[in-house]
Amino acid sequence: MRLEPIEAPSPARRIVPPALAMAATFLVAAALALIAGGNPFAVFGLILTGAFGSKFALLETLNSATPLIFTGLAIAVAFRAKLWNIGAEAQLYAGAVLTVILGTGALGLPSYLMLPLCALAAMLAGALLLLGPALLKTRLGVDEVVTTLLFNFIFLLFISYLLEGPLKDPMGMGWPKSARLTSEARLPRIVEGLRLHWGFALALTAALLVWVINTRTTLGYEMRAVGQNAEAAGFAGIPVTRVILKTALLSGGLAGLAGFSEVSGLKGALTLDLSPGFGYTGIVVAMLALLHPLGVVVAALFVAAIFVGADSMSRAAGVPSYIADIMLASALLFMVLAILLTKFRVRRD
Amino acid sequence: MDLFDILLSASFWAAAIRIASPLIFATLGELICERAGVLNLGIEGIMVAGAFAGWIAVWAGLPLWGGVAVAMITGMMLGLVHSILSVPFGLSQHVVGIGLTLLATSLTFYTYRVVLPEVSSPPKITAFQPYEIPLLSDLPIVGPALFSQTPLTYAGFILAGLTAVVLYRTPLGLAVRAAGENPSAVAAQGLSVTAIRMGAVIVGSGFMAVGGAFLTLSAFDSFFFDMVNGRGWICIALVVFGAWKPGKAVLGAILFAAFDALQIRLQQTGIGAVVPYQVFLMLPYFLSILALVVMSRRAEIPAALMVPFNKGER
Repeated sequence: MRLEPIEAPSPARRIVPPALAMAATFLVAAALALIAGGNPFAVFGLILTGAFGSKFALLETLNSATPLIFTGLAIAVAFRAKLWNIGAEAQLYAGAVLTVILGTGALGLPSYLMLPLCALAAMLAGALLLLGPALLKTRLGVDEVVTTLLFNFIFLLFISYLLEGPLKDPMGMGWPKSARLTSEARLPRIVEGLRLHWGFALALTAALLVWVINTRTTLGYEMRAVGQNAEAAGFAGIPVTRVILKTALLSGGLAGLAGFSEVSGLKGALTLDLSPGFGYTGIVVAMLALLHPLGVVVAALFVAAIFVGADSMSRAAGVPSYIADIMLASALLFMVLAILLTKFRVRRD
Repeated sequence: MDLFDILLSASFWAAAIRIASPLIFATLGELICERAGVLNLGIEGIMVAGAFAGWIAVWAGLPLWGGVAVAMITGMMLGLVHSILSVPFGLSQHVVGIGLTLLATSLTFYTYRVVLPEVSSPPKITAFQPYEIPLLSDLPIVGPALFSQTPLTYAGFILAGLTAVVLYRTPLGLAVRAAGENPSAVAAQGLSVTAIRMGAVIVGSGFMAVGGAFLTLSAFDSFFFDMVNGRGWICIALVVFGAWKPGKAVLGAILFAAFDALQIRLQQTGIGAVVPYQVFLMLPYFLSILALVVMSRRAEIPAALMVPFNKGER
């Protein structure tokens, strides 16, 4: 077989493959639910009500979507410039650590100074963590996929050391856990009495800002040019190396913000299970969103709904909640194939 | 204990070879994929799936070698998924690989929970036992280190030799290497680049899964969720370190494993009392990054690695 580009894809060409990809994803999940002894329709129903069925469920979904919007944006920004940042997990923790270092009482600042300071420090920490692999890529040609992946393991061990050493909560009964943030360093709730915190609003703002950067600024244009064809971009006078480094700073910074938002808005302290893989799930979010920053918001909500819904479904129906992870991984693979089929025709030789 | 005492003890080198074994299988698998022009980032997930599949098969009653075969087949099926998406469709090998790792890992965990819903600690199996090769195992240091290992370790070294012979001494190996260097030339010979690359990814993925199964069938006797723990990513670094050559890759794996065995032993010495244990655990990952940096200047990388081949555009 060979692939033949389609000059002007018809509307059907652009809609049918992605729709089939989603259908295939649900088909896979239905088969797996059956294997585990669950009724697929009941399982999907329970996932849906578990994610949206009550005010509590809905807010839980929005809260869970928040870190995924940040990491999804981080990945989308990087992948658009073909910078393969798989290290958002470590960058998230870097942001969380800085938030904890600054926000647990070391500084006597009022809230309106404390929160921006923590957020900026978190961004800086995440950005610097990705700068290393990015420099190794631009200077020495070391593939950033492997370095960012390995950094995830290194950095989590570093966090483990911090939580058992310098950052350990003296009142923590021996658990590897940081001290709690002071109230000045906590992101307040958007509406009093509802569990949703301002991190969600910050995530939406970040998505909007990335969209503006992508579409209205020189950097956004340059990042896309480098991603499409770095060599051609170089010939056209775009400083490729500098664009890659700027992309790394932006991407790492966004992932760092996820850590800030989780600690400051939701958890109030740092533990080793702050992120159940938000950095990796961000890859799925970004790909489902076709790397579009506003699409990231929608994709993050979808992904969060599946996770939250599957969690409550698992308790009710006894089908393991890992079904959510399988659905997302298969959605990712089906979707990249579907996107290709919107642009290419498969021809037999 | 002194550093020299450690380095001269047979048990240290026996541990190094044991730690190297799963890496040897998986590194050979990745090497075959990359020589044919496909970066297989599914390796981490394939190792998880292989570790589980081999173990659960033995737990269900198959003999140990049956478990190895089940792991291999599981890996080959996952390799088939990777190769369909990355070869004929030419999709981003980064995205497909990461996606496959996520898929294989979550499928494994799901299956574990479905098969063993109510267990708090996973059941144990009777793993491969060390087999002392007559005469050779009596040699000082080398004997206990190399010739008192489990049969699966011996299989790993035999596989390394076989891979080298096939890659460098047979027409098939030539075709695989050419598919990674100059696919147009392969197509001009009337051979199918697609078939060669898909075959390489499928076989390579099978080896990766056996590497995973080594953990459950030989190194340990049970399956844990975070048991692979980044070994797949380390193997990708080992392929680069080994300059895409089987012999050097095996040596790299042993060298790496020796460092890993060393850090475990150093934790129990005076240094371990001062330095936090996390620093020791970081060393293997730092070492991998260092290997990538040191080798980055070499130009042995297959020329067509990560370049999809589409006959339409020549």
